[in-house]
Amino acid sequence: MLKDATAIVGIAESPFAKKLEASECQLASEVIIAALEDAGIQPAEVDGMASYTMENTSEVDIAKNIGAGDMSFFAQVGYGGGAGPGVVGLLAMAVATGQCEVGVAWRSRKRGSGGRPWAGAQQASASGCWTRPFGLLRPADEIAMLTRRYMHQYGATREHLCNVATSVRKHANNNPKAIMYSRKMSRDDYMNARWISEPLCLFDNCLETDGALACVVVSAERAKDCPHPAVYIHSVAQGLPPQHQTMTNYWNDDPLRGPAWACADALYRNSDIQPKDVKVAQLYDAFSPLIILSLEGYGFCERGEGADFTNDGGIELGGRLPVNTSGGGLSEAYVHGFNLINEGVRQMRGTSCNQVEDADSCLVTAGEGVPTSAVILRR
Amino acid sequence: MSEMLLPVIGDDETPFWEAARKGELRIQTCKSCDRMRFPPRPMCPWCNSTQSEWKLTQGRGTIWSFVVPHPPLLPQFMDLAPYPVIAVTLDEDPKIRFIGNLVERSGDAINVIDPSTIEIGQAVEVFFDPVNEEIHMPRWVRV
Ligand SMILES: [Zn+2]
Repeated sequence: MLKDATAIVGIAESPFAKKLEASECQLASEVIIAALEDAGIQPAEVDGMASYTMENTSEVDIAKNIGAGDMSFFAQVGYGGGAGPGVVGLLAMAVATGQCEVGVAWRSRKRGSGGRPWAGAQQASASGCWTRPFGLLRPADEIAMLTRRYMHQYGATREHLCNVATSVRKHANNNPKAIMYSRKMSRDDYMNARWISEPLCLFDNCLETDGALACVVVSAERAKDCPHPAVYIHSVAQGLPPQHQTMTNYWNDDPLRGPAWACADALYRNSDIQPKDVKVAQLYDAFSPLIILSLEGYGFCERGEGADFTNDGGIELGGRLPVNTSGGGLSEAYVHGFNLINEGVRQMRGTSCNQVEDADSCLVTAGEGVPTSAVILRR
Repeated sequence: MSEMLLPVIGDDETPFWEAARKGELRIQTCKSCDRMRFPPRPMCPWCNSTQSEWKLTQGRGTIWSFVVPHPPLLPQFMDLAPYPVIAVTLDEDPKIRFIGNLVERSGDAINVIDPSTIEIGQAVEVFFDPVNEEIHMPRWVRV
């Protein structure tokens, strides 16, 4: 069993900004070194690496920069924002099975200054050929299609999306590292924002950020020797449901029951911690409606109840389930969700800017709408 | 219209666009278990047969959802924005949802319909608008 066999013992992150001068390789190398310092482990001891298939920095480059020794495990997880906790899971499995002893995971991305992926492809091949020629071009359009249907099916409104956007913004307003730290958002600000793809407005969309983050995974035994309290990887899973289509999940019986449900089944099956026990969660938020879907998928409420769950500060500090306590992708930084992992670790260490006092476990998820992953961390 | 973003047609998609040139909406259907599947692919997920045929449909469906994209967009869509994009469940198999554009008649730009008149549940019918010799784009009108 993987349960509590490994732990995250080091985390680090670069500044977050619309534009950083350093290259993705330099940023990645710096945050990995910083995460190793946080863990009290020498770079030469690193023998395992895991990252995203969309990561531009290779294991070879990173190993050369940080001065790693012999590497015995390196692997990647696909599907963009679906990868994060799955990347940590790869290291957990590798450490638990003896394939490596010190694993580092990272994501370095200049999404703020480096251009928009959807703007690149001028032709519509493969999966895009059934959507892009009709003007459904961007991830925002693809998720807006599911959002409109959700609103129709369950009676949700923009007020609910506004709940999400303003709730995570409040959390960012307490986090000096968040890009939106000093920018408050009122409900009027949200309602008057320009459209991106109706029914989604500007503030339903994540930030465009340059940044890098890393974490270090070792065995639970070794974690006892590290300076910070161990944050155990209690359960981790990936999720890919039948007949799923990445982002454009329109061709199955129930498009609003996405990868989160498959992932949650596997996650809780191997977990002593169930939804009722979770007191803080970091839910992937490239778009605000993904939080609503994830609340349902990961079992915090029933189908169709995710929207109302956000009412009355439900996902704010002090609410039913504080979500994205560092500000998430909507208001802290958008680095394919790796900031959610590090915030989960801080919650378990007791060092979050929005600390949930009685939280002894934290759910961290990757993107709903793509083949996904999730991890339950515990103190 | 020559500026439009055109689909790249691979082996799996060829029969669809051949039918489109004849004004027909055809869907890949398993020869063994008779179930439709979309997008087209080599194997039936329900019986694993690789034998398929392309069944003629009525070309009718229901609006399942819709969006209205605003800039920033690709250059060829910027001048058309905001424009509605609809998802249409096909009458023959509601799990097949075509993404497409609602218009009034052949030759219409994709932004001719006022999005505030669009409602989920409206009935629509397909026709095919030639963009060039190879590509006849499916377009939808309300019925
Ligand atoms: Zn079959």
